[in-house]
Amino acid sequence: MSTPSVTELPLDGLDDPTAGTLGDYRSNSLWRITFRRLFKQRSAVVGGFILVILVFTAVFADVIAPYDPTEVLIGVEDVKKRAPPCIHLLGCPEDQPQHLMGVDGNVRDVFSRIIHGTRISLRVGITTVGFAIIVGTLLGAISGYAGGWLGNGIMRIMDVILAFPFLILAIAIVSVLGPGLTNTMLALAIVSIPVYARVVRSSVLSTREMDYVEASRALGASSWSILFRRIMPNALPPLIVIATLGIATAILETAALSFIGLGAQPPLPEWGAMLARERNQVFSAPHLVFFPGLAIMVTVLAFNLLGDGLRDALDPRLANESRR
Amino acid sequence: MVQYSLRRFISAIPVIFGVLLVVFVLTRSIKGDPCTAILGEKATPEACAQFMESKGLNEPLPIQFGIYLQDLARGDLGESLQFGRPVVEIMLERMPLTVELSLTALTFALILAIPIGIISASRRNSSFDVAAMVGANIGVSMPVFWLGLMLAYVFAVALKDTPFALPPSGRLSPGIVPDPFFEVYGWEIPESGIVAGILTFISNMYILNAIISLDGEVFLDASRHMILPALALMTIPLAILARMTRSSMLEVLGLDYIRTAKAKGLRHRTVVLKHAFRNALLPIITIAGLQMGLILSGAVLTETIFGLAGVGRTVFEGITARDYPTIQGFVLVIAIGYVLLNLLVDLSYGILDPRISLD
Repeated sequence: MSTPSVTELPLDGLDDPTAGTLGDYRSNSLWRITFRRLFKQRSAVVGGFILVILVFTAVFADVIAPYDPTEVLIGVEDVKKRAPPCIHLLGCPEDQPQHLMGVDGNVRDVFSRIIHGTRISLRVGITTVGFAIIVGTLLGAISGYAGGWLGNGIMRIMDVILAFPFLILAIAIVSVLGPGLTNTMLALAIVSIPVYARVVRSSVLSTREMDYVEASRALGASSWSILFRRIMPNALPPLIVIATLGIATAILETAALSFIGLGAQPPLPEWGAMLARERNQVFSAPHLVFFPGLAIMVTVLAFNLLGDGLRDALDPRLANESRR
Repeated sequence: MVQYSLRRFISAIPVIFGVLLVVFVLTRSIKGDPCTAILGEKATPEACAQFMESKGLNEPLPIQFGIYLQDLARGDLGESLQFGRPVVEIMLERMPLTVELSLTALTFALILAIPIGIISASRRNSSFDVAAMVGANIGVSMPVFWLGLMLAYVFAVALKDTPFALPPSGRLSPGIVPDPFFEVYGWEIPESGIVAGILTFISNMYILNAIISLDGEVFLDASRHMILPALALMTIPLAILARMTRSSMLEVLGLDYIRTAKAKGLRHRTVVLKHAFRNALLPIITIAGLQMGLILSGAVLTETIFGLAGVGRTVFEGITARDYPTIQGFVLVIAIGYVLLNLLVDLSYGILDPRISLD
């Protein structure tokens, strides 16, 4: 493993007169450098671009979707149950109502449901990971900083959680809490806590004894202040990367739990649940399975690409390697 | 080495105990009443009382846990409430399918991922590399259940009357019954016990059983049924492993001794395969071991789609039926298997890389 030579270290910005004092310069520039690097990463740009579209879709779902996601079109329009997509631009007769992704088994517009599903998936991903980060960070920080029986005890509990395959434990927890989207999110959050706790703990352990932390302690800073202002910022870069990739996992696993009937319940337009409802029709109406799955894949892909890009941008060692 | 293995093994014991406790508490907290779930909604209170009594479900929880541990120590996982048969028996029937499916998926993922990763790394930024990495990114983002359904559609409907048509569900075509290999060879084996258990377990992996008993027809049929589930299940591990191989190779290819090897005038091929690959193998093995958890999770979904009665289906049905002993037994075996597998991966480091001193 090569260590970056001094000349390769990111020094751009040092001669920036607007950078202010040295303290400002350091705290600003890690992020500025990261952003600059991020924009050079093709995967991050593509991921970020898809994500912007997804967020836009989620925010303006009501405007974009031509129908209400739960509106049953029997008697409203002349469409058949599970009708294939009808797109006027692609030659579908103008006198038929347009359904970009067809009509589902309950005679609802699939496109509108997919659009509204974006909201659910983004919310699920962000809430789940947010909850897991908060709890995981607290547990990891306490475990690393306090050490002793408390610290060890916390990590042993984390080991037990990690001893289960992710989805199996999530299934077990949801079956205890009862099916539903909220419980699914809670279960997935619990299952992903150890990952964040471990990252934070190892960051805390590696910086706890550093001179600048010692200096803060000598200056009389409180434990909490040292922990959150001196130690935690070091854990931030890996946390951001893992969280971004974690959102992808959370969205995928929520869809999986919905698929086996434990997650979102009808008539919620959740992609996994939509897919599950029509899975027995895959041979006669494949479009009802194809589009929700595609939506899940594109969303997960966006977060994965962004996460990969962030990792390369935040980790100078890796960035260095990619220049080789 | 022995000392280290022992130490690692002992440190796994508290984790396994924790797993036992978690599984026990979780199964007992599942909402609803096992009696009505098993005997039906119309079960009389008397029948229910008798049922709960006979299954020991009326005892206080700590005592139930104690009884559970005692039974476990004797290798007794209890009797399934819904099937009325020992859980171990059901496990011997259903687990082999999942093991066979998972191992097939992991093997093919490794066989494909390693060459892809090596070629990608040694021809960095070539069109092959870019295509492989775009493919890998899409692969990790794909929902297993969606991929499974789409594969079923393509191979069972779209390609129906072509030679590529594949069956979308089941393990064997109707009418084909595999004979356990020990019966084929006329072995005398005891009715029950560990030997019988292991032999039954192996014979329930239909492909392996067909290979051992040299039964071509069953082998072909079982393999054809295995292709689609294995394809669905291997996609994500394949993508992860290919990326891991690539980045691990890139790291090693940048080291000084690789330059030395090149400077000596060795062929590119020799340098990549003999000098770099062996040293890049370690992280690949770690990740491959960790994929087992992912594969097991994926197996739950894959089995649901392809109508296979394996571990995933059993756990899921057990939850619906509040079949405590079955869920407990299966989740426990999965978790302990997973812990031991990770232990094995750890221990393999010392063998694969002599630079790592375990003692």
